[in-house]
Parts: sequence; C-alpha cells; structure tokens
Amino acid sequence: MRLSLNSRLSAISALLPALLVMLVVYIGATSWTVWMSLTNSRMLPNNNFVGLRQYEMLLGNDRWITSVHNIVIYGLLFVSLALLVGFLLAVAIDQRVRAEDTIRSIFLYPYSMSFVVTGLVWQWLLNPTLGIQHVLRSWGFEGATFDWIVRPETAIYCLVIAGVWQASGLVMAIMLAGLRGVDDEIWKAARVDGLPKWRVYVSIIIPMMGASFATAAVLLSTGVVRLYDLSVAMTNGGPGIASEVPAKFVMDHLFERANIGLATAAATTMLITVIAVVAPYLYWRARKGEVR
Amino acid sequence: MQKSNVDIRSLQIGFGGLKVLENLDLHVGASEFLVLLGPSGCGKSTLLNAIAGLIDVRGGEIHVGGRDVTWAEPKDRGIAMVFQSYALYPRMSVRRNMSFGLTVAGTPRDEIERRVGEAAQMLRLTSLLDRRPSELSGGQRQRVAIGRALVRHAGVYLFDEPLSNLDAQLRAELRVEIKRLHARLGATMIYVTHDQIEALTLADRIAVMQGGVIQQLDTPKKIYREPVNRFVASFVGSPAMNFIPGQLARGSEVAFIAGVNRVSLNGYAFRSQPTDAPAVLGIRPEHIELTASNDPSAVSARVEMVEPMGADTLIWCRLADSTAFSFRHDADAQVRVGDTLNVRFPAEALSLFDETSGQRL
Ligand SMILES: Nc1ncnc2c1ncn2[C@@H]1O[C@H](COP(=O)(O)OP(=O)(O)OP(=O)(O)O)[C@@H](O)[C@H]1O
Ligand SMILES: [Mg+2]
Repeated sequence: MRLSLNSRLSAISALLPALLVMLVVYIGATSWTVWMSLTNSRMLPNNNFVGLRQYEMLLGNDRWITSVHNIVIYGLLFVSLALLVGFLLAVAIDQRVRAEDTIRSIFLYPYSMSFVVTGLVWQWLLNPTLGIQHVLRSWGFEGATFDWIVRPETAIYCLVIAGVWQASGLVMAIMLAGLRGVDDEIWKAARVDGLPKWRVYVSIIIPMMGASFATAAVLLSTGVVRLYDLSVAMTNGGPGIASEVPAKFVMDHLFERANIGLATAAATTMLITVIAVVAPYLYWRARKGEVR
Repeated sequence: MQKSNVDIRSLQIGFGGLKVLENLDLHVGASEFLVLLGPSGCGKSTLLNAIAGLIDVRGGEIHVGGRDVTWAEPKDRGIAMVFQSYALYPRMSVRRNMSFGLTVAGTPRDEIERRVGEAAQMLRLTSLLDRRPSELSGGQRQRVAIGRALVRHAGVYLFDEPLSNLDAQLRAELRVEIKRLHARLGATMIYVTHDQIEALTLADRIAVMQGGVIQQLDTPKKIYREPVNRFVASFVGSPAMNFIPGQLARGSEVAFIAGVNRVSLNGYAFRSQPTDAPAVLGIRPEHIELTASNDPSAVSARVEMVEPMGADTLIWCRLADSTAFSFRHDADAQVRVGDTLNVRFPAEALSLFDETSGQRL
C-alpha cells in the first residue's frame, strides 16, 4: 500500500522533532565534546588546537587513574553480585511462597528510589558512629567493626553494596519472568528423573535463561558507566579521592575546576571505552542473527 | 525388564475446595496397556500425576509392583513418564537428555552408555544423539522423550497425551511405534489421551472417565459395542452413535417404538427385565443396514445430506417424526438428497439406555 503524499508529510513532520534532537543533541554534542578535548579550553570553551595534550595530562592524573581503577572494581562486582543476588531472590520467590506479591514489591522497591536517596540511606547505615556498627555495639557486641566507608581501601565496596541493594530487585523481576517461563512439565520430568532442585537450577534452568541474564547484564552495565550520584551522595568521592569515579571526574572538572579540555578528554575516553566494549557485542549479535 | 502392576485404592485428590477424584479404584495388570480416555478436565492428568507422585493425594493408596508408594518420591516409584510438551532439557544434547537422570543417580558409565544406546536404537535416534532438542522435529523430540523414559528401565511407563502436539500423520506413525514398543518390552503402560482412535488402537483396556469418575473399564471392543451409559456411547466412536428417543413396549416380543416406527428387540441382551418405559435407542452409523420396503422391520427415512468420506459415505437421514440419524454406506451408494430409504436397526447391534439415568438397559 502506498501512503498518500499527505500522510507521508505528516509522518515526517511527526518524526522531525525527534530527528532534530537526535542530530543536534547527540551527534552535535558528542562531536563538540571530542573537539573540545583537543583544545586547551579552561573555564570557557576556545578553539586552540593542542592535539592530544589533554589526554597525556589525563593519564598522568592520579585522580583519573583512581577513578578508572574504581569503576573497574565497581563494574565487575556490581554486575556479578546484582545478577547473583537478583537470581537468588527470584529463585526464593519462585518456590510458591505466600504473599508473593508483597514480597516482590518490597524487593522491587529500592529500584524506585533515586541514587541520591539510596546513597544517603546507605551513607547513614554504613556510618560507624550512626549506623550498623553503632547498633551492633549498642547491643553489646563491643568489638563489632564495620567502618568500610571511612577507610580509603574499602570505600568503593560500599558503593557496590548500595548499588547491589538498589538494583537486585530489578534483576529479580527480570529473572522471575524468566523462571516463570519455564514449562511446568520440565520440572515434573526432572522430579521423575530424580534430580535435586539445585541441580535442576544449575544444569537445566540457568542454561535456559541466557536471554534473561543478558538483558539484566546490559541494563546493569549502563548503570555502571553512569555511576555518579551514588558516589556524590554516599562518599563524595572520599575519603580523599578513594571512591572517585569517571563520571564524577568529568562533572567536577567541567563545573568546579573549570577545566573543559581535561573534562572532555575524560568524557571522550569513556565514550571510546564503551564503544570498544559494545561494538564487538553488537557485531556478534548481528552475526548470530544472520546465522539463525 | 521388570513389569509392575499398579493398584489404586479409594484415591482422593483435590485442589483447594475442588474435589477432582473421589474414591477412585483402579487395577492395572503387569504388562497391560491401559488407556485413560475422557474429555478435557475430567481428571486424567491428575490421576496420572498422582501415580507418578507429582501431586499429593488426600486419601487412598497407590501400589506399584506390590509396594505401597503413596508417599514415595517420584524417582523411587519405579515409574517413568512422557509428557505432552516433551519437557526435554533444552540446552542438553539428546544423549545427555537421556543420560542425565542416570548420571545424577550415580549409575555406572558403561551401564548408562549401554542403556542409551539400546533406547536410541529402538527409537531410531542413533544418528541424532548429538543434536539439541531445538534441532529436532516434533516427532523426533517426542521419541527422545520416550527414550529418556525407557533408559530408566521402569516397571511402569506413564504417558500424558504424548502425541497431541503432533500433526495427524506423525501421530499415526508414533502411535504404531508406541504399540510396537509395548509389544517388544511387555512393560506396563498407562496412557492418557482424549483421542478415541488412539485409545481404541493402543489399549488392552480403556478406562473412560468423566468428572473424575471411571465410567467404564473394559476392552476397546466392549467399550465400543456395549457402552454402559450414554456418556460412554456418545464419547467413543466417530462419527458418533445415533440416539433415537422412544418407548419400550412389551407385546408378543419386546420392541422399541419411536413415533410410527417399531424396532424389534428380539435378540437384544437386556441387562435386566425390560419394562414399558421411555428409553433411548443408540446405534452406530455402520450398523444400520439398507433393506427392502416389504421387510416388516423396515423404517423409512428421508435423505437430507450425503457426505462422501473416501472409503465410504455418511448419509444423514430424518425419520417421519423428524429424529435425525446418520449411517454409513459404501462409497458407490446411489443415494441422492430427497430420496426415501428403508433401513433396518439390527437388534444385536443396538444399545438401549434408560431415558432419565442414561444407564444401559
Ligand atoms: N494445580 C491445579 N490447581 C487447581 N485445579 C487444578 C489443578 N490441576 C488441575 N486442576 C483441576 O482439576 C481438574 C482435572 O484436571 P486434569 O488436568 O486432570 O484434567 P485432564 O483430564 O488431564 O484434562 P486435559 O485433557 O485438558 O488435559 C480440572 O477441573 C482442573 O481445573
Ligand atoms: Mg491433561
């Protein structure tokens, strides 16, 4: 069926705003960022081309190196732990527990909270003089120590705890949908075969849930790259620079430290890293699609 | 291979307030092929799952091979089961699907290999052993599922509508295969279906169920020829049995009166002394015969529709009192719509039912 000129026009005019936003905001802003990273802009943007000078400075910057180090630790631990905890929660709920709806809502609830609120809550919980450590000591466990958040070498793990707490509910919801998709008769067949429950999960169900794991992992990964508010709200990068993350590095240099050149160089590095990770994955997906 | 009998005594099963089975008794002999036949929701799967130990019973006992297994785990009951949706483990090869249960149970490797090889050869799966279920056709998948059951060397094999996801031709093929398997293994098999052709072709005995109650438990021939009530009569047989309402009349001989027509019941095996009461006459389409108009037992009817069915023709007629019935005739029947035919209802082939209770008279 051929669309009339009129309806094609209206279709185009409906798409136009989105198209403009896409062109100007994404492509335009990205190109501008990349260009700025090749200049010596400080507080105000300028066009003095300095080649890769900003990148050299970036690699020599302790704070940046710590940020990258932290995001790698955070990314690996956060994604794997959130997948694990979310899956275990889903399995627990899948045992046909009572009040399933209520429990599911409770687990999903943290996800509806912003990172700022999550960060503040956990900052308080992990604070040695106010939170868990304090409560344990007041119960008589005098030797109880839980002061990760004030120790530089462990502060990043506190971000992981808060992040996992927040995201596990979402993973649970995705996994639960996957588990519910498993044919009841497979469970019956496994029972007749005499397989223990954990064995069914490990050898039969998990291999069936590749799509659920992939979906959850992709969603979680986007959260890793964006990690900013949690760091700001919980530790503000501290103690010292112990829990700095790349996105915070960019924001701080852009607005507080008035170093547009360095900030955009950091942003561009993040972009290239993401592309380097995502491109092979997309290529693999496309190839797989062809083979099918 | 051992063959176990199955003994079910006053079994009760319910879900919440719903009672699905109540005081059900059933005995299945060793090496017997028993088919549970009935409409959707009558409790066939429930009964089969109870035998397998997949649902809890509320009361009664289940014995397999002389052992009380009412509260035993499925794996300890000496049973194997095949499901409607195949229920294969999707990410495992055919070989692993068949061997996984044995591996987990700690069966020695060479024994597993021997059993898998044997089952694969029996089911013509040898060349497919390294494929995944997603790389198989529906019929092949179900053969794998049967293979997975066979390697358990169980005393009783349970089938829950194993063929109903397949198309007609595959169903016919696999039906033959299952029958051959039963003949070869001599194992006890309990087979659930709502397809009466499967039931009639496979079974040693059929249990026709309705509303959680076994209505009739008999050989296929008995079920077909002498249904104990109107439900069994109408559920089994295709095209369906004809029912003609009327009245029993005792004179010099017992007869059935439907309007102006009179059918002699001389030769009908009454279960009890007949009375002059309203009744329903049942007759299968293939038992109605054409006859000459001067035959005293002839009933005349008008042809309303002719359905050629290949090997024969189904002719739909209407009696003078407007009761409709169908009968089968050779494919070369020279019958046209509007013709008037004279037919005969042979007493030996009839079934008579009480009008109110529906029980066979
Ligand atoms: N898990 C359950 N919870 C509640 N009711 C159930 C459950 N399983 C079955 N029933 C009910 O029990 C009755 C018998 O179900 P069953 O599955 O045994 O029927 P069936 O004869 O196998 O039917 P079909 O031919 O459709 O498979 C139905 O009324 C069904 O609604
Ligand atoms: Mg069923």
